[in-house]
This record gives sequence, structure tokens and C-alpha cells, in this order.
Amino acid sequence: MVIEFDSVTKRYPDGTVAVGDLAMTIPSGRITVFVGPSGCGKTTSLRMINRMIDPTSGRILIDGDDIAGRPAAQLRRSIGYVIQHAGLFPHRTVVDNVATVPVLQGMSRRTARKRAYELLELVGLTAQMGDRYPVQLSGGQQQRVGVARALAADPPVMLMDEPFSAVDPVVREGLQSELLRLQGEIGKTIVLVTHDIDEAIKLGDQVAVFAQGGRLAQYAAPEELLAAPADDFVAGLVGRDRGYRGLSFAEGAELALRPVDTELDGLRLEVDADGRPLGWRGAEGLLPTEGTFGAGASLRAVTDLTILSPAGAAVRVDAEGRADGLILQSDLADHLRSRQRARLAAKAPAQREPSAEGAG
Amino acid sequence: MSFFSELWDYLDINHSSVVEALTQHIWLALLPVAIAFVLALPLGWAVDRFGVFKHIALTLGSIIYTIPSLALLLLIPGVVGTSILDPTNVVIALTLYSLALLVRTTADGLGSVDDSVLQAATAMGYKPAKRWFTVQLPLAMPVILAGLRVATVANVSMVSVAALIGIGGLGQLFTRGFQLGFYAPPIVIGLVLSVLLALVADIVIVLVQRWLTPWARAAGAR
Amino acid sequence: MNFDFLLDGANWSLSAPDAFPHRILEHLGYTGLALLIAVAIAFPIGMWIGHTGRGAFVAINVGNAGRALPTLGVLMLALSLVGIGLLPVTVALVILAVPPILATTYAGVRAVPGETVDAARGVGMTSTQIALRVELPIALPIVLGGLRNATLQVISTATIAAYVGLGGLGRYLFDGLSVSDYSQVVAGAVVVAVLAVVVDLLLAGIQRLLVSPGIDGRALRAPRRASADVAAVPVPQSTT
Repeated sequence: MVIEFDSVTKRYPDGTVAVGDLAMTIPSGRITVFVGPSGCGKTTSLRMINRMIDPTSGRILIDGDDIAGRPAAQLRRSIGYVIQHAGLFPHRTVVDNVATVPVLQGMSRRTARKRAYELLELVGLTAQMGDRYPVQLSGGQQQRVGVARALAADPPVMLMDEPFSAVDPVVREGLQSELLRLQGEIGKTIVLVTHDIDEAIKLGDQVAVFAQGGRLAQYAAPEELLAAPADDFVAGLVGRDRGYRGLSFAEGAELALRPVDTELDGLRLEVDADGRPLGWRGAEGLLPTEGTFGAGASLRAVTDLTILSPAGAAVRVDAEGRADGLILQSDLADHLRSRQRARLAAKAPAQREPSAEGAG
Repeated sequence: MSFFSELWDYLDINHSSVVEALTQHIWLALLPVAIAFVLALPLGWAVDRFGVFKHIALTLGSIIYTIPSLALLLLIPGVVGTSILDPTNVVIALTLYSLALLVRTTADGLGSVDDSVLQAATAMGYKPAKRWFTVQLPLAMPVILAGLRVATVANVSMVSVAALIGIGGLGQLFTRGFQLGFYAPPIVIGLVLSVLLALVADIVIVLVQRWLTPWARAAGAR
Repeated sequence: MNFDFLLDGANWSLSAPDAFPHRILEHLGYTGLALLIAVAIAFPIGMWIGHTGRGAFVAINVGNAGRALPTLGVLMLALSLVGIGLLPVTVALVILAVPPILATTYAGVRAVPGETVDAARGVGMTSTQIALRVELPIALPIVLGGLRNATLQVISTATIAAYVGLGGLGRYLFDGLSVSDYSQVVAGAVVVAVLAVVVDLLLAGIQRLLVSPGIDGRALRAPRRASADVAAVPVPQSTT
């Protein structure tokens, strides 16, 4: 389900412009995050997708059809909607909460409940909790129920408005990871609003940065945001350590692997009879490796290991724990340098502005 | 408008008895609420502080409030030993009603004060009594006074019933009208005065509330 | 306190029109009729004002004004305008019952958290569905509280109505007073007091049946809290 904003504006009677001439296309089957400070129009834009708010001008199209043509209630039943604090109906049990939309669509309560119990397990809750009332659940649990409720009618589109802001950081991290896992299984078109740039970078396949007055400052993949913010506003929003944080998005596999027995500054990797690394042997004796990485590790993890290693090299191990290669700090440096150069060069000269902040 | 001129005539002729009825009414309505208010403070404190009282107090209050006013008025002489025509019955009955309401709202009001504020006060060195009088009670005032408003207005309305057993108050205007063959003027005058009295009492309490809680005004003006 | 009249079996005979059983039914009849009409008027209006938010001024002030009305006065006025009989008394009772029902219905609907209503809209409920399936059940405790209040008000005023010739339990009070038979007065007072308490308890029981346990706190008093047996969802280590 591709969602398209076609010159959408939302102007209130007192003159404030919440969203100004927004034009963007939200890709199907991906998580798109709207991020920005308070009052930037991100929530307004989200709520226009399911017609909780109607635009003053412009159109919103889902798979090419103008949503203004569909009756609002009917449209909303085909779109999952998750809000802060879950908004569960306190007078209904958890399972009945989840079964809400299917029942609205005419499914029998029994079938709907059965499906609801399955969904509860999908979001990491027990069927037992289905028979409880929302008031008996913790905030994080309620939020999971909210997600289950949004998924119940299997809508192709899900809208999430600051879904994890009201829970504490530990629970939040768990929920974020759960969402990514779920998305891996279900592949819905998800639009998520948050004011937390780190959440946006972690969750989004595409990130739309909104500035005051509903202006779209940048709309790109998270790595792009980190590596090449469009202007000072976006750079400021993204924050410090952009370079380092951007490393999460690349894989260690991009780098050439050196042989395990390479000698580095008088140190050589010592392995046991099976090939498992024991440490770096050198003049001072046996120094610890301080960790190893496996295939699929991000560049960030690998870089961290090269910093911690006495030899300036990260040790890669295979599935059985046997060392099968090294990545050197020097190779890493070359790789990062050429990558960033290519990226910045790819942007047209006019777009590339020197950042006002110092070098980190 | 012959009806209005009838009204005016009635007032003109009977104005001393109307004033007398009004004065009696004010006494009979406001004295009980004042007594009940004073009693409700310590009782409300006890209910708020010691949860064990809460159940008893609420149940008792509930029962008293449920009993129809006329029934209560007529049962009290038997219990207390006064004669039926004694205005004291009205005062006792209305004090009980008001207590039933006010103990509950006072306890609610005291309980509504944010615990972190009370703890901060203790941490600053307030002794319990001082903390109650200078921190908890003032902050509880909005809820307590809201309850007082309800009780006062209810009292003003309930005193009229006493006229049915011959005790004074504006209710006498209603019974007079009835006795004169449903003659409307005294009834209307009685209604208007009763409502006006309730309104004035209500406004006075609101003004007292504004005076006692200046911080609420500041918050509203933001 | 003389309980002779109360305890006299003759006064409890089921057939005599002057005995307690009959009078109790009469009393309940006046009460029930007035309440039915009052609910039919006040409830829909209260729900509409609460749901749409328009006319709140009316709901709040009718509630306050209603409390200020002296019941005896309203009764007398109705009778002087319409004449004696069941109709004017019922009109007076309805006038006294409408304000609390209207005010609490409105207040109950307003008290429903905005977020819950937003979620209801978001899942695709129509305006009517939101009002009936979400706002009403959540507002129920407050609405029923107002109904109980109104019921007591009506029972109390119906007692007074005996003064103008109506039946019901007030008859014992006024008949007793007029012949100085204090035993009869006590009997009437006790019976009507007990009736009021019983009716209130019944309504409380109905309230308990109708209100969802998730709203009135009953669910929280259940044996275990959910957090004690959270599904074993491990908090994942950061793998960035």
C-alpha cells in the first residue's frame, strides 16, 4: 500500500499552518518514521492519513485512490491505529479490545476472539492476559495490546502515534525490538511518529524530518540523515556523534578480511588446537583479544573491537568459534574515508552545506 | 399582568410575615450546615487518616442521606425527646444530612492533596498539626467548599419541608397557598425567595473560596 | 418511640387498601412512573450534550438549579397550575428528577478520557457506536449514581405528596399527625426510611451488575496482578 501526500496543507481558522504543502510518497511494506520537534506537523500529517483530521487543501492517496472519497469510519477500519497510552477500552477485557475491529466488520465474536488470542501471543503476551481488564496490565503490556488491536483486522497500513513514548526506557527498547521483529514477519506499511531521533533512526527504513510549520526538511534513509543532513536544522536534530552512529548501518562484511596469522606491530594471534583465539602473543606476553565478532556484525561493533584490540585488529570467528580472519583498523579507516567521500560527492554541490557545528 | 399585581399585593399586605418566614428559614438552613461543617473537619480528618473509619462513616452517611427528609424529621423527636413542633428537630435532622455529605467530601478533599507536597512539608520541618492546618487543609479547600456549596443549597431547599409539620421557614408560604385553595402568589414568592437565598449562599461561598485560595485564581489566569 | 402501629398485624394485611403493602406499592408506583419519564427525557439529552459537547452550559446549570428548588414549592406550584391529582404530582416529581439525571449523565460522558474516545474513532467506530459502545459503558457508574440520587429525591417528595391528598406512605405521616397518633407517624416514617434504603441497595446491586469490572476497580481487587506473571519476553541486548 503506497501512501501519497499530494500538496497537502492543513491550516487552522486562527491562521496557524500545521502542515504546509506536503508532498511525499510513503513506500509500501516499510517503516516510515515522521520525526521532529513539537508543533512541526508530524502528528497532524499522520492523522490525515486515516482522516482523523481532514486537509484544508491537497489530497492523500492510498494506492492511487483519494481517501476523501471513502467514508471515514470505513477507512479507519482498514488502517491500524496505535496511540500513546494505548487508548484501550477499560470496560472491555483485553481479548475483546483486540477483537474490536473484526467484530465491527461483522466477524462473529467467537471467531474474532480466537484470532485475538493468537495475536496476543504474537505480540508477546499470554492468552491468560486476554481475560484480564486493561487496568490490571502494566503500561508496556497495554501498549502491546494496543498493537495487537491494530493488527487484528490484518490491515495493510498501520499508523503509530508516539507509541512508545509513555513507557520507561527499558520497556521502550524491548517494544522497539519487538516491532522490528514483527515487521520482519508481517511486512506492513507502517507510518510511525516520534519526537525521538534515535528511535527514528533505529526503526525507520525511511525517515521524514519535519521542521516548524509542517515543512519537510529531509526525507531519506537513516544512514543518509546521519551521513549527510540536508541543513543545520536536521543536523542539530540528529545530534552529535553522527559519524559513529552511522556505522550501525554498514556491515563488517563490506571490508576485506586479512589472514589470521598476519603479524601486527610485533603481535600475532595465538589460537588453540581447534583454532579458537586465545590472545595476541607479543613481547609483553599473551594479551587478551577483548572480544570477537561473527558474520553479520555491524561496522560499529567491528570498529569498537578494533579500538579495544591491542593489535588494532578485530578477530572474526565462524559458527564454531574458530578464528577465520582479521579486520584491520587501517583498512577500516580507508574504507570509511572513501565511502563518505563518495556519499558527499553524490549530492549536488548546491545541497551540500558546510555544517555550522565543529568537527564533533 | 394581573398575576404580578396579585403578587405585589400579597407581598405588600403580608410582608412582615414573609420577612419573618425568610429569617426563620435562613436560621434553620444555615445553622445546621455551619455546625456540620465544623464537625466535619475533625471527622473528615479521621476518615482520611484512618482508613478503618472510612467504611463505617460512608455507610452510615449513606443510610442517613437515603432516609426521606420528612421521615427523619418525624423520627427525631422520638429518639431525642423533643416535641414534634420543636424547631430543634429541623436543626438536628439537617445537621445529620449535612454531616453525611460533608464528612465524605471533606475526607475526599483532604485525600486529594498530592502526597508529595505533604512529604515535602514534613521534610522542611513542619510538625503534623501545623502541616494539617497550613498545608493540607488549604489545598483541600476547593473540594471541601464544593461539598459545602452542595450541602448549603440542599439545606435551603429541605427546610421548606418542615412547614408541613408546622415549623417555620419559607415553607409556610407554600402551605398558606395550599390552604387558600392553591392560591399561587405566596407559592411563587416562596419559590423565588428560596431559590434566591440558595443562590446568594452559593455565591458567598464561591467568594470565600476565591479569597481563601488565591493560587487557584492565578492558575486560572494563565 | 411507640411501635404499636408498626407491629400491628392488621396494618400489614395484603388486601386492605389502607395497609402497608398497598401503600408501599402505591408509593413505588408514583416513584417508578416519574422516574421512567424523567429518564426518558433527561438521559438522551444528557448523552447528546456530553457526546457532542454542545449545550454544556445547559446541562451544568440545570443540574445546579434543580438542587436549589424546594420540593414542596414545586409540588404546590404544579398543583396550583394544573389542579389536584396524579398528573400534577407526577409533573412535579419529573421536574425534580430531571436535573440530577441530566447533570450526571452529562458529567459521566464528559469524564470519559479523550484518548479512549480518540482510539474509538481511530479503530473506525461511527459516532453512534462510540456513544453507545464506549462512552456509555464507561460513564455508567456516574450515570447510575445520578439515577440513585434522583430516585431518593423522588421517593422523598412522593412522601410529601400525601399532604395534598395523594396515597403512598406519606399518608401515615399526615394522618397520624392530624389525630396525634404518634405511633402511626413513627410507623410511616420507619417504613418509608427502610423502603428508601432497600431501593437504594437494589440499585447499588444493579449498578454492580451493569458496570464492567474493568471500570469500577473490581478487577484490581482480583487475586493476582498481571505483572506478576509477565510472559517471558527477554529484554534483548543491544546489537548495534
